[in-house]
Amino acid sequence: MTSGENINPETIRGLTQSRVSRRMFMKGAGAVAGAGALSALLAACGVTGTNPSGANPTGGNASGGTDWTSWWASKKQNGVLNFANWPYYIDTDSNGKHASLEAFTKKTGIKVNYKEVIQDDPSYYAKISPLLTKGQSIGQDIIVITDGWYLTEIINNGWAVQLDHSRMPNFTANADRSLLSPSYDPGALHSAVWQTGLTGLAYNSKKVPEGITSFADLLDPKYAGHIGLFSDNTEYGSMALLATGAQTATSTHDDWNKAVEWLNKLKPSVAKFYDQGYTDALQNGDIWISQAWSGDVYQMQQGGHPEIKFVLPTEGVITWHDNMLIPITAENPVDAITWMNYYYTPETAGIIEDYDAYICPVPAAKDYILNTLKDPAVANSPLVFPSAADLAKAQEYYTYKNLADYNAWNALFDPVAQS
Amino acid sequence: MRRLSVPYLLGFTGAAWLILFFLIPLIAGLIVSLMSGDVASGYRLTWNWSIYSDIFVNSNVNYALFLGRSLFYGATATLLTIVIGYPLAYFIAFRVSPRWKTPLLFLVLISFLISFVIRTKMWVFLLGAQGPIISFLQSIHLAGPDFAVLGTPGAVIGGQTYNDLAYMVLPIYVALERIDTRLFEATEDLYGTKRAVFFKTILPLSRSGIFSGILIVFIDTVGDPVNAALLGGRNTYNFGEAIQYAYLNLQQYNVAAALSTVLMIALGIILFVYARVFGTENIEDLV
Repeated sequence: MTSGENINPETIRGLTQSRVSRRMFMKGAGAVAGAGALSALLAACGVTGTNPSGANPTGGNASGGTDWTSWWASKKQNGVLNFANWPYYIDTDSNGKHASLEAFTKKTGIKVNYKEVIQDDPSYYAKISPLLTKGQSIGQDIIVITDGWYLTEIINNGWAVQLDHSRMPNFTANADRSLLSPSYDPGALHSAVWQTGLTGLAYNSKKVPEGITSFADLLDPKYAGHIGLFSDNTEYGSMALLATGAQTATSTHDDWNKAVEWLNKLKPSVAKFYDQGYTDALQNGDIWISQAWSGDVYQMQQGGHPEIKFVLPTEGVITWHDNMLIPITAENPVDAITWMNYYYTPETAGIIEDYDAYICPVPAAKDYILNTLKDPAVANSPLVFPSAADLAKAQEYYTYKNLADYNAWNALFDPVAQS
Repeated sequence: MRRLSVPYLLGFTGAAWLILFFLIPLIAGLIVSLMSGDVASGYRLTWNWSIYSDIFVNSNVNYALFLGRSLFYGATATLLTIVIGYPLAYFIAFRVSPRWKTPLLFLVLISFLISFVIRTKMWVFLLGAQGPIISFLQSIHLAGPDFAVLGTPGAVIGGQTYNDLAYMVLPIYVALERIDTRLFEATEDLYGTKRAVFFKTILPLSRSGIFSGILIVFIDTVGDPVNAALLGGRNTYNFGEAIQYAYLNLQQYNVAAALSTVLMIALGIILFVYARVFGTENIEDLV
């Protein structure tokens, strides 16, 4: 943001990156959902549920009765792929072309309509759920959704095609071992990771020269009033679970209560719960320490702010995944799964990762970026290719079992930020 | 024959407008708030009036506090827009030559050429701890090292005042512009002082402009979640943000609709009382 700064794609993505600009797009999404609710209301004095039969509340094999082998057998490759993704999330050259997609088209003959239409999970979910409820096409063959309640909802509602892993051998062979069966989608039956990120802590070393190493450090009174947390209760709730020594995946309501107690101790020190803008606030010194996404910190460091440091707290770190899904109403599922398979090669994942700089789902891409693309800054960054020891400390978000579980979490954790 | 039907046709247009854009949304909101259910199994109309006591009495989130905060921010911002906007409108209406009026009014509106979110975002930069304003204040020792504007109620109210100033200036300007300046001479002829000219003549005649300004600014600022989200901090969470959160993140449409209905009713009562106390007899002058 300061003048004379070398603008690179990472910076541009950091500025416009949609994970951090949830609020701005909510108004539009609200209007869409509101119109949907109103029309339903006028029709029947009720709002249609997304899963009225209550089928498959535990996730897993969501679309119960479907015989997926014959489902896949009945589908043909159509030569078209409609791909919905987040902005600045794929390699883009100065002409706006995507080399990875063009190579894919050359090799397979599948033309890709790549659209950067997903601004954040809640509003995109609000946009597609009325169509998927009615079994209508949303015009996309691949969508990218973050693990969390919306992903769980999509899988539970039976809106994600079960993937035929025999059609994506590269995934099985090259994906990071931890991605073959993530906690939110056992066996990776419905999802394939697009990018991974870590939620840890970041601090401005000009303001905190001594550095911090743990969540417990946040309680130090000298940082009071200079701490930023995410406003997403999954983020700060998960952090508090780690800080109180619980395992997110197996945490119980007792653990949640303890986590809320810990957060209430921390709360007087918190300056703000951010849903966007925390990167600017850290750089400008408005806050000294913040919860932070690894990719954002990499972008800040590359964008001329080496004083911003990322910390993997000693208590653990949260890892999240943005996942490719094939919507149940997709018109070109074979083309979609062909892309998923193609993505999981060191070359394709490497080209995209060299631009994205989050965490690559294909570990072998590191050598490709180092030796073929000659970009050691990305390849050797512990933020893009974290060490096995770092990743061993990482835990995924708690996976909500059903709506009641999600509501219970919200009822406990919402009052922390809503005060 | 034809002449007789004209008033009815005109009346029909107005009524259709009111029904379509005011009555239907209001009733729809009320009906959704009386539904129960959840997003998965759907919402059914069950005339669940207890939602209104649930959100204020039995909720673990303090919605009453957020409502109070929103009303306070909105009222303060509205007052500030009057204090700043009235002299501005007065200056443009009476103190400049006619050929400067249009350029000056254009200057009042010019900030609307830029998206309101971006304008607000720029204040985040300007008011930041290392931003130009605080750095300057610190360099002349008017502000301590821990002095902060962002994250305070003052920042939120300031943002709302800044963003809505034009909505107050324009109606007041329109009201002032219509005043026949010979009335000032008349007041003076009756031995009125400058003070009396203003308080006995100008202010009463511009009351309709102030009222329209209050309508627009107060309603807009009380429901606004954006200034609080961008400029506020941990202690500025307001009602608009709560409604947005209930709607999109929690997907509790009934709760969100109940909160919106409460806000509508609160605003309605406040504006009704205001209109009764100060009168609206000349608001139609503006139409």
